[in-house]
Amino acid sequence: MARIAGVDLPRTKRGVIGLTYIYGVGLSRSQEILDKAGVSEDVKVQDWTDEQLTAIRTVIADQYRVEGELRSEVQLNIKRMMDIGCNRGIRHRLGLPLRGQRTKNNSRTRKGKRKTVANKKKATK
Amino acid sequence: MARSLKKGPYIHYKLEKKVLANVESGKNTVIKTWSRASMISPDFVGQTIGVHNGKTFIPVYVTENMVGHKLGEFSPTRNFRGHGKNKK
Repeated sequence: MARIAGVDLPRTKRGVIGLTYIYGVGLSRSQEILDKAGVSEDVKVQDWTDEQLTAIRTVIADQYRVEGELRSEVQLNIKRMMDIGCNRGIRHRLGLPLRGQRTKNNSRTRKGKRKTVANKKKATK
Repeated sequence: MARSLKKGPYIHYKLEKKVLANVESGKNTVIKTWSRASMISPDFVGQTIGVHNGKTFIPVYVTENMVGHKLGEFSPTRNFRGHGKNKK
């Protein structure tokens, strides 16, 4: 079983794809890592030898921030922005999109499920 | 898109002059400015800058964390007070 950075990798997939199951490793990083470790991209995860596995592990540990470390870094960046009260920090606090998208419609990812306002039509007296 | 490194950070020259003068004389007077696009350089730390938001000058006390941001980010131009509260 291949366990890297605290994540179980899918055994039946090719090495490049398997590595992308780690948080912080996408396709291009995955290619970089395998290149540096000197492992072919097409070798399946289950077919890695122990030496290859340790090579990959050391490359990741030495040169990349992944999983918990990366998550906490991202959280710290967000917290910093909220603390200094810059525009992006304020938007984080309000739970609205940060990069100037419209908020009249859509933006549901940031805003969450729709909250229907009851009796909106009847409001006139 | 990020600004070209060749040009260096943009700071309005008059604002920069005022900040430097303030630092030199050790004063802490509020510097009013309309230049929201100016980058906060390390010289600004500890100064209070009144950043115009289209209506008033919002006093911004510059801390170390703010270096590299632009002045306008700290002076919101819109004021959203929430949707329809009960009017009775």
